[in-house]
Amino acid sequence: MSEPARSRATRRVRGLSDRTIAWLFVAPTIALLLAINIFPLVWMIRLSFTSLNLSMSYLPLRFVGLDNFRDILTDEDVWFRLQTTAQFVIWSVALQVVIGYGLALLINRQFRGHSFWTTIILLPMMLSPAVVGNFWTLLLQPQIGPFNYVISLFTGVPPSSFSMTGQVALAPWTIVLVDTWMWTPYVMLICLAGLRSIPDYIYEAAEVDRASAWRQFWSITLPMTVPFLMLAVLFRAIENFKMFDMVNLLTSGGPGSTTELVSITLKRAAFEKWRTGYSSALAIILFVTVFGAANIYVKVLKKVKQR
Amino acid sequence: MTAAVANSTAHSIVEASPRAKAVAGGLVILYAVITILPLLWIVATAFKSQSDAIAYPPKVIFEPTLEGYVNLFTVRTRQTPDFIAKLPPPETWYDKLVRERDMVIAGPSKVVPRFVNSLIIGFGSTFLAVFLGTLAAYAFSRFRIPLADDLLFFILSTRMMPPVAVAIPIYLMYRQLNLTDTRLGMILLYTAVNVSLAVWLLKGFIDEIPREYEEAALVDGYTRLQALRKVVLPQAVTGIAATAIFCLIFSWNEYAFAVLLTSGEAQTMPPFIPFIIGEGGQDWPAVAAATTLFVVPIVLFTVLLRKHLLRGITFGAVRK
Repeated sequence: MSEPARSRATRRVRGLSDRTIAWLFVAPTIALLLAINIFPLVWMIRLSFTSLNLSMSYLPLRFVGLDNFRDILTDEDVWFRLQTTAQFVIWSVALQVVIGYGLALLINRQFRGHSFWTTIILLPMMLSPAVVGNFWTLLLQPQIGPFNYVISLFTGVPPSSFSMTGQVALAPWTIVLVDTWMWTPYVMLICLAGLRSIPDYIYEAAEVDRASAWRQFWSITLPMTVPFLMLAVLFRAIENFKMFDMVNLLTSGGPGSTTELVSITLKRAAFEKWRTGYSSALAIILFVTVFGAANIYVKVLKKVKQR
Repeated sequence: MTAAVANSTAHSIVEASPRAKAVAGGLVILYAVITILPLLWIVATAFKSQSDAIAYPPKVIFEPTLEGYVNLFTVRTRQTPDFIAKLPPPETWYDKLVRERDMVIAGPSKVVPRFVNSLIIGFGSTFLAVFLGTLAAYAFSRFRIPLADDLLFFILSTRMMPPVAVAIPIYLMYRQLNLTDTRLGMILLYTAVNVSLAVWLLKGFIDEIPREYEEAALVDGYTRLQALRKVVLPQAVTGIAATAIFCLIFSWNEYAFAVLLTSGEAQTMPPFIPFIIGEGGQDWPAVAAATTLFVVPIVLFTVLLRKHLLRGITFGAVRK
């Protein structure tokens, strides 16, 4: 905004009460969110009760009540996709937490050059998941990719005999692997914040009591960092539950549907089969789940903040 | 491993022993090197020739060429050697490079318009989100707002929505408003997603500026808005800059909305890069070149943001 415009505005609102200013300042944000999030959401709820199919949008809008929800919740395929998603979430979050916490403990030793190496470790999580999915596709090419080559150097298995993204047994693990590569730094960073929030005097007191290192870890370090761990777990779980970009590029749900996460199912129903009514219902189920998790997330945030 | 780790923690607060530090350093460096290798491979691939990029075994040592970058920026057509021999001598190094492969440059590729889209949508939405976010954050930080906690949660929850789910109604809405595949549509959408982060982050930064400063200014006869502009904003500049970079990174990296709601006109880099096709399939050196160019600003920002990273990824609620 230009200077003169500002000062004119200032003069005009001089004397406005704090309440008016507060309202004026918050209103545009709320209005934008209502327009771009809430209005579409309400529209989606309405559509979820219809049989709308955009590839046949000449058909009149027919309300079918809860049919879409019934179809989804009784569909074994959908439950299978949810299971696939849950397994992906559990494995990748577990790996990220274990490795991330371990790394945080190591970095917390403040060895020489730790801040340089920490910055390097943080890079993957700053990248675009789409770009990550794309370049891992190259790295994992059975014929030309370095990944298979390195594996074959160590195991003697010929590199072209297995495909990380194309084989039913390997593809889900590939998703876990790449997700862990990308997001372990995130968990590490939160754990590091947790470790640094523990005041020194607690350890000093433990030293005086001659508590063993093992004991100190279990009675001080771990309990004091649990809220931070929970925060990391929750956030990663929410993000992974709705994950779309990386998988879409790495395997696009394949081979077959072995890596088809719910979000991929949703995208196929909505933007390939154009079953708008059905996919709106699925989106709402997804949304309610994430919203519930977000609620817990905020509660954990508050707890962390109180320290 | 846990045992070793726990062992060291005992001393880490006072001061880890030199041996513990060395072990920790070694392990962390090992992890860092392994984690960075995939990225380095891509940067290297961008300098390979087509045949080196798909060679087996994968080539670690190769003769660097700028072919990947040339291919990224141009569209080429294959010609007979006779035809090429009859052309006037090449004027530029890239003309020469392309002709050595029996091809001529037919025109520019779409990479520049896509890059420009990324810039316009990124900066446009960042500016709007930071502007709206600063106002809202100031209000939340300084005034009593009814249901403030609920409003803040509402703002946060909009960012938690799965993009694929929200994309359906937004697609329909944008179709009605003629906003599909437009930069304006994407700017508005990314602003809406970013504003939630901006409010949460900036509220944290503004909370840290003592109220006394403003109160003193108010006593001096400033109005609220003057106090905001002359006292609070200058103090919040670092926070605002960090917030802006986080918003920019989000718009820069976003893929789900971009791939579902744009197809040409407003397409950004992330949905574009995977589909850079050469003769007979994906042109890996060109894809790698695009990835490298795309990732460079992110690497710079990561270094700049080191101190604020934690806030940015936890919506400002946790600080280091």
